[in-house]
Amino acid sequence: MTAAAERVAVAAAAGTQATALDVRDLHVVLGGRLVLQGADLQVHGGDFLGLIGPNGAGKTTLLRSVLGLVPVASGTVQVAGRSSRAARAGVGYVPQRHEFAWDFPISVEDAVLSGRTRRIGLLRRARVDDYRAVRDAVDRVGLTDLRRRPVGQLSGGQRQRVLVARALALRPRVLLLDEPFTGLDMPTQELLTGLFTELAAEGVAVVMTTHDLAGALYSCTRIALLNRTVLATGTPAEVRDPDLWARAFQISPHSPLLRAIGLEVPA
Amino acid sequence: MISPIDFLADLTNPDLAFLPKALLVALMSSVICGVIGSHVVLRGMAFIGEAVAHAVFPGLAVAFLLQGSLVLGGAVAGITTAVLVAVFSQNRRLKEDSIIGIFFVAAFALGIVIISRAPGYAGSLQDFLFGSITGIPDRDVVTVAVAGALLILGVLLLHKELVTVSLDREMARASGLPVFALDLVLYVMVTIAIVISVQTIGNILVLALLITPAATARMLTDRLGVMMTLAPCFGGLAAVVGVYLSWSLDLPTGGTIVLVATAGFLLAWFLAPRHGLARALRNRTRRARPVPVTA
Repeated sequence: MTAAAERVAVAAAAGTQATALDVRDLHVVLGGRLVLQGADLQVHGGDFLGLIGPNGAGKTTLLRSVLGLVPVASGTVQVAGRSSRAARAGVGYVPQRHEFAWDFPISVEDAVLSGRTRRIGLLRRARVDDYRAVRDAVDRVGLTDLRRRPVGQLSGGQRQRVLVARALALRPRVLLLDEPFTGLDMPTQELLTGLFTELAAEGVAVVMTTHDLAGALYSCTRIALLNRTVLATGTPAEVRDPDLWARAFQISPHSPLLRAIGLEVPA
Repeated sequence: MISPIDFLADLTNPDLAFLPKALLVALMSSVICGVIGSHVVLRGMAFIGEAVAHAVFPGLAVAFLLQGSLVLGGAVAGITTAVLVAVFSQNRRLKEDSIIGIFFVAAFALGIVIISRAPGYAGSLQDFLFGSITGIPDRDVVTVAVAGALLILGVLLLHKELVTVSLDREMARASGLPVFALDLVLYVMVTIAIVISVQTIGNILVLALLITPAATARMLTDRLGVMMTLAPCFGGLAAVVGVYLSWSLDLPTGGTIVLVATAGFLLAWFLAPRHGLARALRNRTRRARPVPVTA
């Protein structure tokens, strides 16, 4: 199957299947503190969901509990209807850029291939399909010309694209992005936003945490407001209640921030 | 100073049978440490290497007291400490370096207490700490060869997993790799590499064998495969030149090998094609020249 045909098949499968990512009544305790309290989130194939909230709201914790990286106190996480470790291992994950050892002597394409290490399996070598997935992922983020360059020589924007490509090398149905735009210039943000929109259109469920509220309202197809729990979800047109935003961000309903993102703020 | 030809003659002299054995063990140790050390350097875990190097000491002391195999005793003590460090560092309240600081000094202290009970303690202590080329039993040569072959095989088989974890632990865990188990395996491999090197190099200097050749190779390349090939070559070269110099000038073997390796590192630091100091200086003088303003 060609990559394009496979993407169509994935999109079709996602269409018939209800929920790509289903989080229900999630409670997470970290260091004795209740970080998430009854969070509910359903993301479907085709959604480009912006997960927004203030610092410490639990955005990263929500992503990490989906991946099984933090212990869940109660509640369930299902990926494509399954809660197994294997189902979660198929989720594409783009952590924040500082998690990666950029001084490691490795080329762009080998770094992208490392995303498939688990799938290739112990004591096995990468095969044609693995290299094809890497090639496709590198092409999609526009790093084809730089694919043999050591990652240490890349700019911040190029590094972010490496991390996205590494996640895409898994050909994931669910893609989790943790603050992908932090510290990036406008052209790179635009390129990546376009790519995420495209992926969603192909049936991938894309979840992105971000502090760029205006950008999220403009680009995402759905918004989830998070502060300890999911306060609201909906299309950008649906989540326009300034009180809700004031509650999520713990600011006054008259804050200029709300006016700046185009909400109708009472005078 | 004797010529290399005389050195070869000494190596084949049956009265000096310990000399080729020492050279062989030093050479194998350096090659193995070069390969394992590449992972240690890239993961920035030199301190763990130091910890394990000290931690093998009580095992050596016990083995010495009981007349058992030094390699085995050291391996047991080193692996025990490595596992303790790995387990205790899962607790996030204390950083790994503090945990290591506690356990490796404790292990070393235990070693000193144990060996002080042994008769003829001063001489054997010196051998442990600074290495010795005499008195390596034949079975240890075989042990080093077999353990080394297994280590290199293990590193090659787990290469992509070890690299993935070193690159990004968070993603590695998210993708379902057993990160904790892989950490343990790497610690154990570091321990074994150190234990088999302790005899010739000594407990205090063994860290250099692990770090210096790998760091030298890192200076010269941006490609992992090249680095992991160069590092054992540098280590092996340092071992051969070091044993030759120490034999012909009557210098301590461990110290001489380490100094040769260090000289190699300094050379690479100055002359490395892309990262070297010489290149940086040349670029600076070029940039310092006044640039004509183009209007």
